[in-house]
Amino acid sequence: MSILKGKVWTFGNDIDTDAIIPARYLNTSDPSELALHCMEDADPSFVAKASPGDIIVAGKNFGCGSSREHAPLAIKAAGISCVIAENFARIFYRNAINIGLPILESAEAAAFLKEGQQVEINLEEGKISELSSGRTFTAVPFPPFMQGIMAKGGLINYIREKQNKK
Amino acid sequence: MGHTIAEKILARAAGKKEVFPGDLINAKIDLALGNDITAPVAINEFKKTGADKVFDKERIALIPDHFTPNKDIQSAEQVKLMRDFARQQEIVHYYEVGRMGIEHALLPELGLVLPGEVVIGADSHTCTYGALGAFATGVGSTDLAAVMATGELWFKVPPTIRIVYHGNLPPWVGGKDLILYTIGKLGVDGARYAALEFSGPAIGKLGMDDRFTISNMAIEAGAKAGLFSPDEVTRKYLQGRAVRPYNAVLGDDDAPVAEEYNWDVESLEPQVSLPFSPANAQPVSSVVGTEIDQVVIGSCTNGRIDDLRQAAAILKGRKVHPRVRLLIIPATQAIYLQAMREGLLEIFAEAEAAVSTPTCGPCLGGHMGILAAGEVAVATTNRNFVGRMGHPESRVYLAGPAVAAASAVSGVIAHPGDIGGGEAR
Ligand code: SF4
Repeated sequence: MSILKGKVWTFGNDIDTDAIIPARYLNTSDPSELALHCMEDADPSFVAKASPGDIIVAGKNFGCGSSREHAPLAIKAAGISCVIAENFARIFYRNAINIGLPILESAEAAAFLKEGQQVEINLEEGKISELSSGRTFTAVPFPPFMQGIMAKGGLINYIREKQNKK
Repeated sequence: MGHTIAEKILARAAGKKEVFPGDLINAKIDLALGNDITAPVAINEFKKTGADKVFDKERIALIPDHFTPNKDIQSAEQVKLMRDFARQQEIVHYYEVGRMGIEHALLPELGLVLPGEVVIGADSHTCTYGALGAFATGVGSTDLAAVMATGELWFKVPPTIRIVYHGNLPPWVGGKDLILYTIGKLGVDGARYAALEFSGPAIGKLGMDDRFTISNMAIEAGAKAGLFSPDEVTRKYLQGRAVRPYNAVLGDDDAPVAEEYNWDVESLEPQVSLPFSPANAQPVSSVVGTEIDQVVIGSCTNGRIDDLRQAAAILKGRKVHPRVRLLIIPATQAIYLQAMREGLLEIFAEAEAAVSTPTCGPCLGGHMGILAAGEVAVATTNRNFVGRMGHPESRVYLAGPAVAAASAVSGVIAHPGDIGGGEAR
């Protein structure tokens, strides 16, 4: 895994999947189409403002609501490199790991980081650094089992390898 | 030391003697569900696993319900992908328009979900089946793909939060009011990662339809599952319906739980959740008089026959307020037919409501009743997030079918007890 670097975009608590990708766009599952509407009902100008590699920072319960995998897919396809939140809703957490969208849980980082700051992330160590202040935060590490899935690049690759061994 | 119903079901599915909250396990899946939004993604992922056959063609249900009857070319293409896959894989439980229903009403109705089973669905309201004492939880499309290929999935055993409702339910108060009240107390993340377990004298008397409504909205408090211990009501519901034999699992009374709440609901008012969160639950009297444009009675939360009966009791001999559009959507074809036989559809049509074939439709702002900017709706659905039913500047109030029907005839949010007539239960 590499070092991620990008600008911070902040969101509040309980950002739901309807805000991340409104259902009116779910008649397609094409990631590049979904990316055009990423975060639209939370901030309609988000897609126009954000650049590839940027980082979403949010409060608690990010991704609550529906099970649509289109939510992490839209974020990933919009070029967002990582989502940092105080914590995540359960299904969003599963989906992000399964499709390989990096996510980190850190209440301290979520509280400290402000819009526009530049952040560098070492995913393996769970280390988040804010570049101008030099402040660093360490995210809650994933259990080894999930690290295994992520190391294989997601659940499907993980299964394919298991199937091949059979 | 005892175990909760969630722990006992998961232990069995994982082939272990016992499991504890926090354990990571691999469980055998009894039934896996996908819909027209999530299955197309899952089918593409399934193909990447290298598997050429699904693990069991009788244990997968693929239900096109969100954008069906297909609203545009794109949604028609999505369903076609599902249909082709279902035919190619000989999936037994694939249902077309005319036979289908909203997934979470349809699967229990068909007897496909049974007590003690582990069910996953690529839809967050899969937790509905907890009403039958199944461990049922929503997952994503990739998870569904994994299950279609292997029949197994990883889980973290959740801690349990026990909710005990005491007292007798007052008139006009039902399952929807109990769950809105509960989410209001817990908050949208109050049960994050946990299993909710519902019990107590007040719910022992509730029928299955009310129980489905309660379990359906467990996810709205962030819960992984919302479980009832099966009882006589459950057994009767399953009689002549269950497609296979089952072993019911009951929770132990002495099982340690993370939290326990005891609430007296003897004087609970019908509840309404204000925009933009299911957790904004208030007694209906606090919003009585709010002007509305549309009412939706339907969805996997409240589109069952008991819900329609309740609405009909209020609508009988009345007309929908001239300023209001009332949409009624029976959740499955069987419910539609039953409502027709009981004369409910006639009551609705005479009241000048529009009755639709089963679909999720407006519940997720998909089609069939989208709100314009500034419009206000009362809906028996489960989410009132920004933009959920249409324009981001529209507003949705969540309520049970009695409040919804009373509001439709009043033109403003109304208490069903205030409009006279009807039959309180
Ligand atoms: S009725 Fe609404 S909540 Fe239920 S499955 Fe359909 S879209 Fe989801």
